[in-house]
Amino acid sequence: MIPEIGLAALWLAAALAALQLLGGLLGAGENGHPLAGVVRPAAVLQAGLCGLSFLCLLYVFALTDLSVLLVANNSHSMKPLIFKLAGAWGNHEGSMLLWVTVMALAGGAIALIERRLPERTMLATLGAQAFVGLGFYAFLLLSSNPFERLVPVPPEGNGLNPLLQDIGLAFHPPTLYVGYVGLSVAFSFAVGALLTRSVTPEFARVMRPWVLGAWIFLTIGITAGSYWAYYELGWGGWWFWDPVENASLMPWLAATALLHSASVLAARDALRTWTIMLGVVAFSMSMVGTFLVRSGILTSVHAFAVDPERGSFILALLAINIGGALAVFATRASTVSEGERFSPMSREGALVVNNVMLSAILGIVLLGTLYPLLTEAFDVKVSVGPPYFDPVGAIFFYPMLAVLVIGPLLRWRKDSFARVKWPVLIAAALGLAVLVAAALLSDISLLALLGLALSVAVAVSSFVPLRGRSLRRLPIAVWGMCIGHFGLAVALFGMSADSAFQQERLIASNVGDVVNIGPWQARLDAVKPAAGPNWVAMEAEMKVSYQGGEWRDARPQARHFWTPPQETSEVALITRWNGQLYVAIGNQTQDGRWQLRLWWKPFVTWIWYGGLLIALGGSLALVGRVAGDLRRRSAKGKLAERREEQEASA
Amino acid sequence: MTDSATKGLKPKHQRLVLLSLALVALIGAGLLAAWALRNQASYFYLPSEIIAEAPAPDQGVRLGGMVEMGSIEEQPDGTTIRFIVEDGTAKVPVSFTGIAPALFVEGSGVVAEGKMSADGVFVADNLLAKHDENYMPKELDGMTQEQVRKQVEATLE
Repeated sequence: MIPEIGLAALWLAAALAALQLLGGLLGAGENGHPLAGVVRPAAVLQAGLCGLSFLCLLYVFALTDLSVLLVANNSHSMKPLIFKLAGAWGNHEGSMLLWVTVMALAGGAIALIERRLPERTMLATLGAQAFVGLGFYAFLLLSSNPFERLVPVPPEGNGLNPLLQDIGLAFHPPTLYVGYVGLSVAFSFAVGALLTRSVTPEFARVMRPWVLGAWIFLTIGITAGSYWAYYELGWGGWWFWDPVENASLMPWLAATALLHSASVLAARDALRTWTIMLGVVAFSMSMVGTFLVRSGILTSVHAFAVDPERGSFILALLAINIGGALAVFATRASTVSEGERFSPMSREGALVVNNVMLSAILGIVLLGTLYPLLTEAFDVKVSVGPPYFDPVGAIFFYPMLAVLVIGPLLRWRKDSFARVKWPVLIAAALGLAVLVAAALLSDISLLALLGLALSVAVAVSSFVPLRGRSLRRLPIAVWGMCIGHFGLAVALFGMSADSAFQQERLIASNVGDVVNIGPWQARLDAVKPAAGPNWVAMEAEMKVSYQGGEWRDARPQARHFWTPPQETSEVALITRWNGQLYVAIGNQTQDGRWQLRLWWKPFVTWIWYGGLLIALGGSLALVGRVAGDLRRRSAKGKLAERREEQEASA
Repeated sequence: MTDSATKGLKPKHQRLVLLSLALVALIGAGLLAAWALRNQASYFYLPSEIIAEAPAPDQGVRLGGMVEMGSIEEQPDGTTIRFIVEDGTAKVPVSFTGIAPALFVEGSGVVAEGKMSADGVFVADNLLAKHDENYMPKELDGMTQEQVRKQVEATLE
């Protein structure tokens, strides 16, 4: 019964989306159209129904109701509860339901809360949101029904991919999805503003918190995904330029550019059409990512279903949504009048550089990700990896960072270099000193060297905007900016230091042998079998010591799962403030030795601390913006009250 | 708006300047990407292809095929293995130093990432093996019927 309730709720939600689209279109076209009144309630109700449907799915997974095909295919009664629940979205249908649910919740939220924009713009926005939503409802209901029944009921389920049986999985996809789908709001706002010709600073202010929110989740999702790949795959790397990773990076790049251009539009009424364009591009990248990941044209742990029909369906949705938005853009962009002017040496000028560079990086990542698909059409199989992405991306990333040293110090509209000369020169000198010192100390690749130098320069300059200001009265959003930029510097330092100074050892070790790696000593004491609820493993009992200090335990495992059968490597991580020792156990050799692979990775953890700092900066900016909006709203309310009183007394 | 920096530029012109700058940067990025992709993409070879037309020794490529039965040989250092990858018509010796995936077994499909050395041995720095029943490295998935049939025959012989 519960699965049928979930399915019915979905159909009802789809019908409401159709109503919302109709009402939105008519209401946006004509003031005071009778159907306009249904738009907001329809959006809110739709959110509730999708939420209900998703709860139904969680319920059947929690109970392991094997009469539901999806549960039988992807779950198992012996899994811990948290992985049963996580299994609900660890498959194609469930993850699409999550997508639709997040989208409906976002639409419901703007319908409920947002009242600052002209009502016709809001109606067009909600109409656009419903239009995008309808496509995904159709996809879900017609080709990916998560509640399909299975007859006869099997005695046991197939289990969940063991690589995904990790606490990271419980939060990673929902986090990324909130980010991906949250950008649909920016898309809808952009289309709505274009349709009703109201691209104003107010539009940017209204859109910004939504983009910020989505961006924070994307940042956390990417950071967590990177750490997951780092410790779960056992390959010692933290970013592989896998298409799936790129699929999450591309919307982030577009959203980052959008945040910065929206701040220009909000503060200075410039970059109007560009901001609209980025709003469209950001969510388009989310959809491209979904297409790449879910269509099965790429093999990865994320590609659940290799089903050409689904791939074509998502591709069609992609074409309709992006094509439609671009058509609206092409016909309406010329009606958006030019914004305010600014000198190249100004905050706006620096932000334009940021935007152009981010767009270039986005293009580079997109081309590199799609290239294997393009060549496959000509029957040439290639793969594209770090030798392409690292240097080509850096050509645009590093100049952008150089501008980031100066940009936040500049005033809006027009400024001179002389005014900000000293802090910039100090930051540059420190960066240069690091460059020279690192180059003299050891043989480091150019990319890592420049990365170290730039990270120091950006870290120093990121707090200069606080100079000479009362820290108490400083807007929270400025703190957010400083911490976000500082986080970027911290992450870049971690990446560069790891690439410059990491050491690796691969050996076949006898029990009792001691291995030296960098400042560490590691001793293999024993290798013993271990077992969990659905796996068995060979576990190495090791002791490790940093610079001859206290011996600490390290227990890497080679795990074997049986539902479904698969091998995974559980690495041992010994964390210090200045880096991590990373130990993986391999296979046993014929003469009884064990393969061990050890890395000493200086400052590698700073990559993820940096990612979290970036997200923290975004959160502070969000809090600052929302608080500012609330204050302004209450001030406006008081003003109106006073005026009424005055009128009444007069 | 009377100051010198912004006076000379009409709004329309500023938009034009910004647009052309952005276009130049993006087209530059596109051209650079196209050039780098041609040089840096790692091409996929079957054993017969890599023998017929060997890539340059410094060029990273992928070699895919079946691991010949009885060919895996462990080297004395305990971390290097040598084996033979074949596609039914040609055989290529492969040397790999590292931890081989657990599902890397004889008679099964493999994609080796690495470089073709001058002496005809493929030096792999990574092995992608069949993950489970449902997963096959993408490159092997697309083999022609003929190639697959040959492989099955080769495996049965």
